[in-house]
Amino acid sequence: MPGPFAEPLLDLTRPRINRAPSSVLALALPWVLVMLGSLSPTWPIIASAPVLPPLGFLFLLAWLHLRPGLFPVWAGLPLGLFDDLFSGQPMGSGVLLWSVATIGMDYLETRFPWRGFITNWLVASAVIVGYLVIAAQFAGAASNGMLLIAMAPQLAMAVLAYPIAAQLVGLVDRLRLIPVREVG
Amino acid sequence: MAPSANRRPGSSRRAQYSTFASYVIAFAGALLGAILLVVSTGNAGAFAFWRSAASDATAPTASAAATGRSTGQDVWATIAGYFTFGSHVARTERELALARVKLAEAAAVADENRRLKALLALEQAEPRPVATARLIGSTSTSTRRFATLGAGSGQGVQVGMPVRSPLGLVGRVLETGQRSARVLLITDGESVVPVKRASDGVPAFATGRGDGTLQIRLITLGLNPLKPGDAFVTSGSGGLYWPGVAVGVVTRVTRDGAIARPLSDPGMTEFVAVQPLWQETEPQTATDAPPSPAAAVN
Repeated sequence: MPGPFAEPLLDLTRPRINRAPSSVLALALPWVLVMLGSLSPTWPIIASAPVLPPLGFLFLLAWLHLRPGLFPVWAGLPLGLFDDLFSGQPMGSGVLLWSVATIGMDYLETRFPWRGFITNWLVASAVIVGYLVIAAQFAGAASNGMLLIAMAPQLAMAVLAYPIAAQLVGLVDRLRLIPVREVG
Repeated sequence: MAPSANRRPGSSRRAQYSTFASYVIAFAGALLGAILLVVSTGNAGAFAFWRSAASDATAPTASAAATGRSTGQDVWATIAGYFTFGSHVARTERELALARVKLAEAAAVADENRRLKALLALEQAEPRPVATARLIGSTSTSTRRFATLGAGSGQGVQVGMPVRSPLGLVGRVLETGQRSARVLLITDGESVVPVKRASDGVPAFATGRGDGTLQIRLITLGLNPLKPGDAFVTSGSGGLYWPGVAVGVVTRVTRDGAIARPLSDPGMTEFVAVQPLWQETEPQTATDAPPSPAAAVN
């Protein structure tokens, strides 16, 4: 994915003789980024209505699009559980929805292996909107039709935030593959 | 994007089993999520321990970040100030002149109040707060409205205690950790606060709507006496919330009540105070306003 990265950074990620990426960094960074996104409720933003996009979920979707197969199919279980601890949703909502999303994205990957960024964005938008609306139902919004109108700004923001999340994931993907380990 | 290479595990039995196992775990995870969801929907406090432990673990960094919040707000206020400075100064001076008069009057009233209270041997209605702390985070992605408080059972905070800011009621403590607590904001859909109209004590319930506003539901049905601009304060009926704390102002009248805007925006408050539980059986009740019908409903 092309991006507005500084030239030195691109230089840093170039493969070099006797250097290889650190396997710990390469495997751990995607998980760490998604979990940092899930920690967004601990940011000092006290909102009286849902406003922030679900960052952890956006990062997970972006990783699944950028590097299919990097996350195991069961990644939704631990990551969703971690998200539930902070999101304020009833426990289990994240585990269920993140698992279903990961399995669904894996199926999509096998069915339609060739996709462009626009297709990815459309898919991600549908998944994000579905995720937020179903999560609101789980949180007990069924009795309150007004809430869906109140959610509209959050839905729009989440859909628009996806390309930014994808850029960030692309940047972290470069970082995690920086050849830092000396070979032989 | 090209098809990923690891889709077909090849003829290796081990690789096939490992792929199969990962799908089994994935579907088991979805099932586990559904079970957890059913359990936690039936019993809201079921996983309180895990959540409290998690928020305790992140409380130090979150507190540090919360300190920066007021600075961040100042930045925006400064930029906005350049555009509205002239009119702002004119208005402020006008208001200041009025406020000086009001202040003198208020001092007289306060003095009289103190004298009359001393005459009746009344305690001050406001209790000493159990703890004063910052709100260090909120569930800004979920439709539920919880905030995290930077004080927990270590500071004496207990489940159920009301939380208020200088501007009005914020919510009540729902779960406590050692040094953090989860606060149910009054704008949450599950929050119900017994309130009364400040001017004449018309009793009602204030329920959150999840979008930052409150639904005021009158207890006595019939003609709707509410008007936009009516202020509501807690009535203290049913215990829990101390009476006389500002809750909200009516913005729109509906058929059976009104929509109100909460007075204390938790995002703009620096510190909040955790108050002890209000017991209606305390002797103060005798001198309180005549018992409202809300007590009978509860």
